[in-house]
Amino acid sequence: MSDTIEAVGLTKRYGDAVAVDGLTFTVQPGRVTGFLGPNGAGKSTTMRLVLGLDAPSAGTVTVAGRHYADLPRPLHTVGALLDARAVHPGRSAANHLLALAQAAGIGRKRVDEVLGLVGLENVAGRRAGTFSLGMSQRLGIAAALLGDPPVLLFDEPVNGLDPEGIRWIRTLMRGLAAQGRTVLVSSHLMSEMALTAQHLLVIGRGRLLADASVEEFLHRHGTETVLVRAGEQGGLARLLRRAGAHLDTDDDALLVQGLTATEIGKLAAADGIALAELTPRRGSLEDVFMALTADAVEYGVSA
Amino acid sequence: MTVIRSEWTKFSSLRSTWLTAAVTVAIALAVGALAATGQASGYHDMSAADRAAWDPTATSLTAITVAQLAIGVLGVLVITAEYATGSIQPSLLAVPRRGRLLAAKAGVFTVVAVLLGQLIGFTSFFLGQAVFAGQGVPYATLAQPDVTRAVIGGGLYLAALGLLGLGLGTLLRSTAGAIGTLVTLTLLVRAVAQALPRTWADWMDRYWPTAAGEKIFAVVPVDGALGPWPGFALLCGCVALVCGGGYLVLRTKDA
Repeated sequence: MSDTIEAVGLTKRYGDAVAVDGLTFTVQPGRVTGFLGPNGAGKSTTMRLVLGLDAPSAGTVTVAGRHYADLPRPLHTVGALLDARAVHPGRSAANHLLALAQAAGIGRKRVDEVLGLVGLENVAGRRAGTFSLGMSQRLGIAAALLGDPPVLLFDEPVNGLDPEGIRWIRTLMRGLAAQGRTVLVSSHLMSEMALTAQHLLVIGRGRLLADASVEEFLHRHGTETVLVRAGEQGGLARLLRRAGAHLDTDDDALLVQGLTATEIGKLAAADGIALAELTPRRGSLEDVFMALTADAVEYGVSA
Repeated sequence: MTVIRSEWTKFSSLRSTWLTAAVTVAIALAVGALAATGQASGYHDMSAADRAAWDPTATSLTAITVAQLAIGVLGVLVITAEYATGSIQPSLLAVPRRGRLLAAKAGVFTVVAVLLGQLIGFTSFFLGQAVFAGQGVPYATLAQPDVTRAVIGGGLYLAALGLLGLGLGTLLRSTAGAIGTLVTLTLLVRAVAQALPRTWADWMDRYWPTAAGEKIFAVVPVDGALGPWPGFALLCGCVALVCGGGYLVLRTKDA
């Protein structure tokens, strides 16, 4: 039994609207997999399907080889944080966790343990309704960790957190993956995933747009441009065009595509052209993501 | 068993649970005492026929018609609070077999509702009989035939109404919707039935589930009505149907 999440042709329709459209993917253990897409792309719906909260219209999804509802010990297999505010505001943090723990046959000691793990031990007796969003996120993560599960799902865990909280969650997720667990984290922020994830699943309008490692993703979809400035701009442009480069101008500089900075430098030197600037510019993950999902934004803003 | 402990933790760890329970008991006793006093003072002016129908046990338990709403609301909240706060989601992650979750909720709540019902039933009874005795009106004792059955039955009736609330809440998933339906089923429908043609009104008095169920806490039989146990069984059957419908919704609809 391997601790993967496997979706095959996973589809969810609401009337005529298709929220999740034939997703097929496998989330592997031992790394943080970023589940990336614009708002409304179907990330949360997919996670709800994985966890058996919603039933798919077509296709299947399994965790550790079984449908969620068929897991003999669900909390010991999968931990999930979907909505940090999904707690009865009148119940204390400790009692909220205790009720979940009891349902899964987990002892009270583990409740104290996870409260300590997320740094809520001093407010364990306080009612959850008095918690800040950051504290609620920590409580949700504590609930996810109760059964010490090998598979973890987090839906937009850094939303609304302060920088310290964001750093804490990043470290935690990478740590969990480093222990060999399967970690799936959704986000609509590419920059966040660039810092946290090793692998990416990108979706837009419910469809899978990419399933690749972060490097692969950038390499495949990113375009590397080099910015060059020279005294003899015209001569340099002719030279580079002859070498097969595609050129754009940006003020008085040239934006070169199709040649690396090293190649440009060599060509210029061979022709005796002195360069004033030579800067490789990598398309940022954010740019790549925006370009990739541009057509896939459900509620695009038309200019 | 583990799920039952979990549901008890959920139920007992909320201040609102104890508050609602306390209010239920307080209302029942206050209304019961007032009603008993009022009825007793009217006894001396009653006709002979009315005196023959005087049922001190049932009269002392009138408060049940009010308490049934409070306990029904408690039942509604057991499940709708989970939907309203979103906590149904972690609950279902911990117990993905939904029937098991509902059964545990129903089990824990039934025990609480039966105990609460008995507390209300016996306290109202003794309070009411004390009032009657004080005013020199015929009163009942537990030793008289059928009286113990009626007092225990009053508590059971309350427990059934609590479960009706739980069933409605599971079916409708909305606190307001479920409470509205509860009030309609228990009070409004019967008030409207009074305005119907005689034969229809009689039929409603006999077979409307809560009307039939009420016979469990009457000692003096009503002409043409179902007996105490058949009447109560009819009520329980209907409650079971509502709960079954709730189970189907929980089982098949997205959470």
